[in-house]
Amino acid sequence: MSLGFVMLCHEALDRAAQVARHWSERGCPIVIHVDARASAHDYDAFREALSDRDNILFCRRFRCEWGRFSLVQSAQAASEMMLKNFPDVRHVFLASGSCLPLRPVDELVCYLGAHAQTDFIESATTKDVPWTTGGLDRERFTLRFPFSWKRQRRLFDGYVRLQRRLNLRRRIPEGVTPHMGSQWWCLTRETLEAILSHPRRTEFDRYFARVWIPDESYFQSLVRLVSDRVESRSLTLSKFDFQGKPHVFYDDHLQLLRRSDCFVARKAWPRAERLYAAFLSGEHDAANRAEPHPGKIDRIFSKATERRTSGRAGLYMTGRFPRKNHDNRLTAARYVVFEGFGDLFAGFPDWVQRSAGLRAHGHLFAPERAEFAGGLPVFSGALSDNARLRDYNPEMFLTNLIWNTRGERQSFLFGPRDTPAPGRFFPRDPNADVFCVTGAWAVPLFTSKRPFTDLRAEAARLQKIENAHLADLRNPATKARVRIWTMADLVENPAEPLRTVSEEASLTVAQNPAEVPKMVDLTGFGAFLQQLRNAGMHPYLIGDFPGDPPNGTSP
Amino acid sequence: MTRRRIEIGVSRPILPPDPAAAYRLRWKRRRLLYRALRKRRQLATVADRTGRIRPGDILLFTCVRNEAARLPFFLDHHRALGVDHILVVDNGSTDGTSEMLANAPDVSVWRTGHSYRQSRFGMDWLTWLMIRHGHGHWCLTLDADELFIYPHWRTRPLQALTEWLGASEQPMMGTLMLDLYPEGPLGEVPYDVGTDPTVTLPLFDAGNYTIRRQEPMGNLWVQGGVRARRFFASEPRRAPTMQKVPLILWDRRYVYVNSTHAALPPRLNKIQGEGERITGALLHTKFLDQIVRKSAEELERREHFANASLYDNYYEALIDKPTLACSFSTAYRGWRHLEALGLISRGGWT
Repeated sequence: MSLGFVMLCHEALDRAAQVARHWSERGCPIVIHVDARASAHDYDAFREALSDRDNILFCRRFRCEWGRFSLVQSAQAASEMMLKNFPDVRHVFLASGSCLPLRPVDELVCYLGAHAQTDFIESATTKDVPWTTGGLDRERFTLRFPFSWKRQRRLFDGYVRLQRRLNLRRRIPEGVTPHMGSQWWCLTRETLEAILSHPRRTEFDRYFARVWIPDESYFQSLVRLVSDRVESRSLTLSKFDFQGKPHVFYDDHLQLLRRSDCFVARKAWPRAERLYAAFLSGEHDAANRAEPHPGKIDRIFSKATERRTSGRAGLYMTGRFPRKNHDNRLTAARYVVFEGFGDLFAGFPDWVQRSAGLRAHGHLFAPERAEFAGGLPVFSGALSDNARLRDYNPEMFLTNLIWNTRGERQSFLFGPRDTPAPGRFFPRDPNADVFCVTGAWAVPLFTSKRPFTDLRAEAARLQKIENAHLADLRNPATKARVRIWTMADLVENPAEPLRTVSEEASLTVAQNPAEVPKMVDLTGFGAFLQQLRNAGMHPYLIGDFPGDPPNGTSP
Repeated sequence: MTRRRIEIGVSRPILPPDPAAAYRLRWKRRRLLYRALRKRRQLATVADRTGRIRPGDILLFTCVRNEAARLPFFLDHHRALGVDHILVVDNGSTDGTSEMLANAPDVSVWRTGHSYRQSRFGMDWLTWLMIRHGHGHWCLTLDADELFIYPHWRTRPLQALTEWLGASEQPMMGTLMLDLYPEGPLGEVPYDVGTDPTVTLPLFDAGNYTIRRQEPMGNLWVQGGVRARRFFASEPRRAPTMQKVPLILWDRRYVYVNSTHAALPPRLNKIQGEGERITGALLHTKFLDQIVRKSAEELERREHFANASLYDNYYEALIDKPTLACSFSTAYRGWRHLEALGLISRGGWT
């Protein structure tokens, strides 16, 4: 047999024994390194369980600690033992005790037979590839790391800072270019021998003994000195999450792992009974010569990492609550806010609804109730139209609505009579399209026929609110797309703003200019404004409204 | 490509942002622990099988009163998840709850007739049991009307979850309480003991939760769901709290503050993030058919809220057998659906 396995084990030794037996029974010699920290009892039981296999050897034990050179030492010792004791081994495969063979070992042997001179080891230069995320990269090789990251965190961090401050740099051994990659490799006998019996090995070992996480760089760097047939990928499927710990495979990953066509996966949950039963049973489909393609698994796991680190945009939940202004997108999808249009055009939401592919609500934040489209008392996600419930947290009422209706664009009317909080919220949201006609709040006052003294007070109040809101809309930090017209401009020439609205809100039936919304009758509005002015309340947000309404605007 | 992230030079600040508040919370925690210590005398042992607890076992703590109908399914569900031992305080049941529990080999039972309310709704008693038996274990603290579920719970036992949480340096997990309700009026469909309550209570509110941050403990305050929608519309601030932290790698110095909504020390409440943290759900089976009778009883007993009279309207409304379902209620279809709705999250545990 031409393939030997070196297994580094530290826990779940019963599973490691199962896997070792599986490979060994299929003719592959195995050298096992057991972490010296494993208890004597477990170690003895482990050896005992495999005592009947004469192609399984145990090598000298080192105390392994994550990120330290001892991990390299154990791999070196086990590899040396492998090369010495099994002279017909052509390839050595480095595996861990929690690795799981996914395909029959014969297929792996065949595959390696077809690539007899190739070294499979992920090996990327630190200079060109950001292999790590955050933290140490190049500095792994240029600083000294005498302290344990796990046990002496403060000393570790402090010493790193000190070296940075004093600008201390280590000299990298001549000819070595730092490379990093997955710890799990499969090397040819020639390459491994060349590394282990390299004339400068003492020098290399002394250097790498103070490198940070050398198990990801020792063989990965040295292989470049001795081999010219490096295939820079690992035959072991191994994924890391954003904290740098390996993803664990469970029973429900069975189909996913099967379809990956990878040879070995790390790491399997020790109690994943179905996984171990399925992959160690020895029953496999007809010979499968496919190349490993971990792409699908890669995508699924990078999606999981993304969900953990940034989450679904616009979602607020028990497990995700971004700090204010930290999350760029405040809501889940784009939506449209119409300000003033509802006052100026009768049945404006109906027009939007008819002409557009969006759900047109009335004043969602009206003082009386949330005017959901169609007058519904409850809406998507069981959102209630109750004003008190809504105003208890109006921003979240909006984010909930947008989240609950993902896939269907929403629009709503907004104005100075409404609960003001959302008016400070949606200008900060890049998902909002805001179309605003200033001063239109005067129209319902004009048509209300209430006593003038009331109207005057109300007009002053609304104008003040709208003015503050306009400052938010015009703020340079505003992220929403905002279009603002004065009411006077709009009344003078309603076609242009309506066309802009149709285009930018991508209303679908904008092609039909015949169907324009009907403007309310503004006869006498100019006089009403003059009356307000005469009472000392200048409605400046309306713009230059002519003394008498121009002909044709009130059909 | 594999990636490893190592944060260097990010040391914790020497003092918390508000040392005075932190100091007050520390004393609050100690006070609550002392309180639990005193209340231990109120507990009488019915069946103590805690000698069978092995290191690494996952424990379930609960305080019950007349839950003979819910308990069979409750126990089966959590046993199937991988709970190894269940520790119960029976607060004066009269329906055979105690006898039923005392016969189960993996349950330890204590009995007390003292006031539920004055024992911080049972938390003092449970805190004492957790000091005694919970130290170093992953502990699940639930009410009998809560069924704990988490992403992948059908295929991965609780031990898989706790191992992963431990490896992620996250000693707790947050959940959203999900009020389930029936299609028709309350109390109409009878519940058969031992069956899955999500069959009689298939509906829930999916998208009306509000969240704010609460100082000084830094926990989230989630409200919403059907009870807020139907019973607290005029006073939303009084609506029930919906987030809980029921699963914690316990230390005898920890303490729950307000039911299991929040815990001390405050870092145990950090169940949320900028991205999504793993979140489970507590399927709340409060609205089974006995709710009508129990509400009438509670109106008399006044043991469930700190100032109970404020909640009289709520109980009166429940006695009237209202229909909670609306045209936008969502049917429960399992955890993947809940995750798609954004109510729970696998938070990186794929």
